[in-house]
Parts: sequence; structure tokens; C-alpha cells
Amino acid sequence: MNDSFWQAAYIIAALCVVLSIKWLSSPVTARRGVFAGEFGMLLAVVGTLVRHEVVSYEWIFGAFVAGAAVGAPLAYLMPMTSVPQLTALSHAFGALAAALVGSAEYYKDVAAGDPTTGFKMVAIVIESLLGYLTTTASVMAFGKLQEIVPTRPMTYKGQNFVNLILFAIAGVLGVWMIAAPAPPWVFPAFTALSLLFGVLLILPIGGGDMPTVIALLNSYAGAACAAMGFALENRLLIIAGAVNASSGFILSVIMCKAMNRSFANVLFGAFGQAQEAGAVQTSTKPVRSASPEDAASILESARRVIVVPGYGMAVAQAQHKLRELTDLLNKRGVQVDFAIHPVAGRMPGHMNVLLAEADIPYDKLHEMEDINQDFAEADVALVIGANDVVNPCARHDKTSPIYGMPILDVDKAHTVMVIKRSMNPGFAGIDNELYYLDKTMMLFGDAKGFVGEIVKALSANK
Amino acid sequence: MSNEIEISLYVLVLAVPLGLELVRKVSPLLHTPLMSLTNAISAISVVGAILVSGNGGSPQLSKILGVIAVMFATINIVAGFLITDRMLKMFKKKETGGK
Repeated sequence: MNDSFWQAAYIIAALCVVLSIKWLSSPVTARRGVFAGEFGMLLAVVGTLVRHEVVSYEWIFGAFVAGAAVGAPLAYLMPMTSVPQLTALSHAFGALAAALVGSAEYYKDVAAGDPTTGFKMVAIVIESLLGYLTTTASVMAFGKLQEIVPTRPMTYKGQNFVNLILFAIAGVLGVWMIAAPAPPWVFPAFTALSLLFGVLLILPIGGGDMPTVIALLNSYAGAACAAMGFALENRLLIIAGAVNASSGFILSVIMCKAMNRSFANVLFGAFGQAQEAGAVQTSTKPVRSASPEDAASILESARRVIVVPGYGMAVAQAQHKLRELTDLLNKRGVQVDFAIHPVAGRMPGHMNVLLAEADIPYDKLHEMEDINQDFAEADVALVIGANDVVNPCARHDKTSPIYGMPILDVDKAHTVMVIKRSMNPGFAGIDNELYYLDKTMMLFGDAKGFVGEIVKALSANK
Repeated sequence: MSNEIEISLYVLVLAVPLGLELVRKVSPLLHTPLMSLTNAISAISVVGAILVSGNGGSPQLSKILGVIAVMFATINIVAGFLITDRMLKMFKKKETGGK
């Protein structure tokens, strides 16, 4: 009876996991998806608690309370710009949990005088390796996103070689434990190497590549969970872990494609070379700058405006002002749409969340493929805080480090407006030829302040 | 190879393509909530943590590690689901649909 209860609970929980991702496919059903996920989790936990092997509860309930007490404020207090940091941190916690269970299982078997070898040990080794390396890698990613750790890539000579050696040693220790009962120092050494490897993995990766990295860590956390499923012969964990691992994997592939880079390049080829190529030719070519009033009058007489927001917009907290501007323009019969590049923001889809937070309706947010052909019909393309993703160099300049990266075709619009602090090149250190086009107006200033002034000018000449 | 492992491997080879298919259908609009949701779901490892910490046969060390794991997994679950819901609440279609 007891057995069939938890088994049924696990099966329904597995179904809930699948449905929750399925319902997340559309904003209409997405919240139902979260509910399904929560319900599945509840079933899994309750089902586990009633299993007859679980005999002591006090500590477990204490841990639930402590975890909830930390988790809830984290989720409510983080501003939306910090969602990537929170996700990284959350990965760290989840991965550490998976890794600790791996260690606990290992010591349980050792204590039983039956050091595990063979298949179960394969699962424990994979679980611990991925779990521990994801933990420290996620903490490092958190540090870089929060800018506690320097965001530029940290590289030294022979870095990849050192990493490879360490990874090989961890691999050898892992195989040792699988093949035969190993001496007691092997497992802690293996753990330490996994933790260290996670740190070394993130060091050479620049802040701009964090979207790919977070997605990849998501995938690792899922894989650790699936490995735990094999160690415990628990198929619910295998299903949830596999779904999660594939999700992270797909997202990181999408991010790589959006930057026209390979996995290997993101992970091992720090973006360092780019700086030398670009900074040299920050040119003395003339640019046309304009005042908020000029911008307002052009926007007002437009029929269609496409806004291209970048992370700079979010940093300046300009999204609420931007929404005011959209409302004013809509009132005058101007159609305003938003073009979202896949790498806009600090994690996949981040920009959509930031704009949704400012109450911009999601049917106005368009993906790159859907909106690119519309730029030719747009009267104004308004670029705010975006740089590399609108650089036409990516289309034709084979020497450019961003050559081949898919971009938003803002240069096809009738007029291009770029709100920017100064002429400093962006993160990749590449000069943007868009700024020197005849049709381009540079609007120099802080994104929030400048949009605010356009709003003021628009309200004034009613 | 034992029967148990064979079944588990079948589950894995079916779950991976299913996951890939499901995730591919998610609109890029919702990729951030997708990530925080799958992040919360991956903390289903709490199941393993409960099993090892509540098990009467586990040695003290395993129990302690297990309880710590329960706590970390709970942080992940709670933070993951709450932030996902908080984000999804903000996605509105019509401007009038808001506050």
C-alpha cells in the first residue's frame, strides 16, 4: 500500500514536470505551467516523506523551513535586472544539493562496509563531478554578473593545458573509484578537484558570454540530477534531470548561434583578441548629433517606430520612461514595436522580462527573425543601449570579430536614432559604422534622461 | 546489466528527446522564465536528499550531508518557483489588462 502510494505520486510528479514545460510554451498558459511544476514538486516531496525508509523527520523539516526562509526573500527582493544573478546563485544551491547527496550516498555505502563499485559508482562519480563543478562555476558566474569578480576574461599562458591536466586527474580518480574500492583520500581529492575545476572553467569567460554559460550550467545541474536518479534508481529524478539538461543545452546552443560562436570558442577562446582589432580605428569621421526636441518631432511624424533595446537601457533603468514614450506615440497613431535580439540582456530572454516589468505588452515584443524585414518599412529605428547587435560590420566586414553574427537590420530603416552616452565602442571594443551613416542621428546622453526629455518635448507640443 | 538499470536507461533515452522537443517549442519571449522554472525543477534532487538524510541506516556523516542538501535544494525550489511566477505575472497582452 505504502509503496504504491509513493510510486503513484512519483509518476504523477513526472507527468507534472513534462506538462509544466509544455504549458510554458505560451504566455497564456505559462502560469499554469508553474503551478504544475509546484504541484509535481509537492507530490515528489510528500511521496518521498512517506516512504518507509525515511524514519526521522525533525531535521528534514528544519531544513525545509531554513531553505524557504532564505529562498523566498531572494526571489522577492531581487530586482528584475538581477534575475541572471539569482538564477546563477540558485543553480549553485541546487547543484551543491545534488553533489552533497552524491557524497552522502558514497559514505553510506562505505559505512555499510560495501564500498560501491560498478554502475552505481559511475552514477555517483558523474553526479559529484557535475554537481561540485557546477556549484563553484555558478558562484563564479554570480560573482561576474554581480561584478564582485572582474568581468573581463582572466587568462594566463597554458591555461587550457592546466585545466585539461586537472580534469584528467579528476577523471583518473573517478575511474579508480569505479574500478575498485579506493583508499579513503580519493573521494575528498576528487571532490576538491571538481570544485576547483568549476572555478577555473569560468575564469577565462568574459561577462558578455554569461548568457551562454548560465544556460550551460543549467544543463549541468540537470545532468547531475539525472545521474543521481541512476545512483538511487529513481526514475522521477532521471526524467526531471533529463528534461532540465536538454533545456539548458538548447538555450546555450541558441545563445551561441546568436553570437555566431561555437561552444568551444565561448568556453576556451576568451574574447581577448577582439580588443586589439577594434580600438585602433575608432574614427574621426563626423557624426550627426541631435537634441531631444529634434528627435521628438521626427518620432511624432513617423508612422512606424521600431525600438531596439539593449542591456544598457536596463542598466540605466530607462524602461519605464520608454513605456511612457510608447504610450505618447501610440496616442498619436504611431505604431511602436520592439525588436529583441536573442543576446539582449544578461541571460536568454532577459530583455523581454525587463520590458514586461515596465508594462509593455508582450505582443509588441518581436524576435529578430520576425521583425528584421520590417525595418525597411519603418520610419524610425530607435536604438537604446544596444551596440554590437546592430553593427552592420557583422554582415560584410570579414575582419571584424563579430563577422557572421546575426544582427538587427536597423540600418534599413528610414531614420536611425541611437541613444548613447558617448562614442566609446561597446563591450567587444568594435567601432560601429552605423553611427556614421547619413541617416543616423546620435542622441548623446543617459538613456533614462534622454528618453525622459523626449517625453517632455512630446508632451509640450501637443 | 541488471534489469533496473536497463529500465532506467530506457527512461533516459526517451526523456532526453522529449525534453528537447518540449523546450524547442517554448517561445524565446519566455526563455528567462523557462530557465528559472527548469532550475526549480532540477532541485527535485531534494528527493534524494530526503532519502539519504531520513534513512535510519545512513551513517551520521551521510545524514548531515543529506540535511544540508535538503536545505540547499529547498532554497533552490522556493526561489526558483517564486521568481518564475513573479516574472510571468508581468507578461500582459493588452495595456488595459494591467493594473
